[in-house]
Amino acid sequence: MYEEKNEALKAAEKQEYKDLVNRVKPKPPLLVNCLWAFGVGGLICLIGQLFLNYLLNIGMNKADAGSATAVIMIFIGALLTGLGVYDKIGEKAGAGSIVPITGFANVIVASAMEFKKEGYIFGVGARIFSIAGPTLLFGFVASVLIGLVALIIK
Amino acid sequence: MSLLMAFLIGGILCVIGQLAMDLTKHSITPGHVLVGYITIGAFLSALGLYQPLVDLGGAGATIPLSGFGHGLAQGAIDGAAQKGLLGVFSGGVEATAAGITAAIVFGYLAAVFFNPRG
Repeated sequence: MYEEKNEALKAAEKQEYKDLVNRVKPKPPLLVNCLWAFGVGGLICLIGQLFLNYLLNIGMNKADAGSATAVIMIFIGALLTGLGVYDKIGEKAGAGSIVPITGFANVIVASAMEFKKEGYIFGVGARIFSIAGPTLLFGFVASVLIGLVALIIK
Repeated sequence: MSLLMAFLIGGILCVIGQLAMDLTKHSITPGHVLVGYITIGAFLSALGLYQPLVDLGGAGATIPLSGFGHGLAQGAIDGAAQKGLLGVFSGGVEATAAGITAAIVFGYLAAVFFNPRG
């Protein structure tokens, strides 16, 4: 009798504890993360659009203006990473700072800088590709596959 | 108007990446996100699904790395049409050469001039 009561009490206590944990535990910040990603990622693209509009206005053709915009954004991403600003933005922005091409510049600079002490050729020179390498590799493989299919179905 | 659309489309593409990172128990790193975007962007482009996004969002669709994949894919398709098999190999990189070279050269210069902090 006594033991039975004890069991019931224990179960109740356990449940109470679980409820408390659930109440106190911070909610997964998914929504906040997504808002940051949306805002920062959108803003980076808006800045890109400003450059694109300017280049189109001064008479550049569409393809060249697109390439030049990419070059400018990559420069900005690399510079801000060197200055330590980009990673500060990235702490909050998450994918908002990774997905744009500035994020590609960011991982290139960050991984290269990290291995400076191993020298400029096999330190910086090799590690610069630690994330850029796989990205370019899969991009190139996809592009050749797509080109082959285009050639066959032509 | 083009600015607003760039913000919206670019923002949405980034949110998709954020969801991929947050809903998969942290096994997805920035490297995975970049590889995924460039590859998926290339295949969507090949299926004709990415160009409408570019028409709609401008830089909002070309600045995310999926836009880089789009450039690679369209370059390879154009290359195949113009130069056959040789174009299959040269077209993709030709279309994206400026970005690739800029990333590596600016990346190297930044790494030489600056030091990591923290």
